[in-house]
Amino acid sequence: MAQIHLEVVTPNGAVVSEDVDIVTAPGVGGEFGVLANHAPFLSTIRTGTLSFKKDRMTKYLMVTGGFTEVSNNKITFLVEGAEFGQDIDVDRALRAKERAEKRLVQMQQATEKINRVRAEAALQRALARIHTAELTRH
Amino acid sequence: MPGLKDVKEKIKGVKKTAQITKAMNMVASAKLRGAQEKMERFRPYAGKFAETMRDLSGGMENGDLPLMEVREVKKVEILVVTSDRGLCGSFNANIIKTAERLRKQYEAEGKAVSFVTVGKKGTQALKKSGKLRVHFNDIMGSFQMFNAREISQNITEAFLNGESDQVDIVYGRFHSVAVQKPEREDLLPIKPVTDGEGTASGKAEMSGSYTYEPDPGEIMEVLLPLFLNVQIYHAMLEVGASEHAARMTAMDNATNACKDMITQLTRLYNKARQAAVTSELMDIVGGAEALKG
Repeated sequence: MAQIHLEVVTPNGAVVSEDVDIVTAPGVGGEFGVLANHAPFLSTIRTGTLSFKKDRMTKYLMVTGGFTEVSNNKITFLVEGAEFGQDIDVDRALRAKERAEKRLVQMQQATEKINRVRAEAALQRALARIHTAELTRH
Repeated sequence: MPGLKDVKEKIKGVKKTAQITKAMNMVASAKLRGAQEKMERFRPYAGKFAETMRDLSGGMENGDLPLMEVREVKKVEILVVTSDRGLCGSFNANIIKTAERLRKQYEAEGKAVSFVTVGKKGTQALKKSGKLRVHFNDIMGSFQMFNAREISQNITEAFLNGESDQVDIVYGRFHSVAVQKPEREDLLPIKPVTDGEGTASGKAEMSGSYTYEPDPGEIMEVLLPLFLNVQIYHAMLEVGASEHAARMTAMDNATNACKDMITQLTRLYNKARQAAVTSELMDIVGGAEALKG
């Protein structure tokens, strides 16, 4: 099967750089899959789970916001953070989720917009971590 | 002439100081290596980001997006990035001086200036000006992208609220282990990136073959805040590396100064010892002569 080169780059260096069969990514407009020889494409990425398949093995990565570019049979993700499912501390993510939810409830009446955005982003990250870790375990 | 014992104590003290400065030099050089590695790891991300920004902003006009909006400049905010710790020569002082000079220049043009500082040294120095809006201390030791994001969110909010019409950044750029210089760059409004040689046509054609999801404008809206994070993170990396390089040099100088002092003091000590020996000898000889007589 034809393969596509996948690169996941974060400010702390490249996390993945290998040839894979298929990549599934959390685009802003919904999940999308990319196979070999995809047309040039640019999309923003939301916080969520990125998966890729190689030799019948699927791997899951939790990614935070950024964007992706496809060209010349190469797909590059530029994201602020990326973690493999097996490296995720689920307990910590669960705690973060509770904390963020509590904060959002408290803020229901408050007008501080920025803090609200921040809490929502924290919640998104926690949920993505939990989801990614679950997928990895099955 | 100082007493023998005093000089000996002094030599001991200076030797201890030399030991400390030497250790600090070694610690700084190890940390510099770490900071440089961190910069190296960031390079692919920053490079790719700038490339995409260039492709996308070719077709953009100033003011298409809130973060690119060019307004009449009445209020300028200066983001000053320094280190948290001192003992690194004139590194922080130079950055602060540059920031103050910039402030005077803007104020002479009739613009109001506010400061945002990253790093304790800058905070302490600029607090006196009474123009400090926010400060971020104790993050330069081990910062991550989310630290930069927090800062950029803060200044973005101020910019969008109209509290500032223009934001500059002043930081210490790492040129080499021996040279670090203060540098000023534009942060907001974000200008369309060009690589100098009238890129618009060629790049636009190239980016025209891409499929965008959502459309380029909306992608830019997501990318611009991230781009700001990248710039601030980059400045922090530069300051991190510069700080350690400057400390290395400063501590090396200090160690050398200690060595010079030890040489001088040892000379003084030997002289004093010789004088004591001579006078004691004179006493003995004098006593012997007297007994003989």
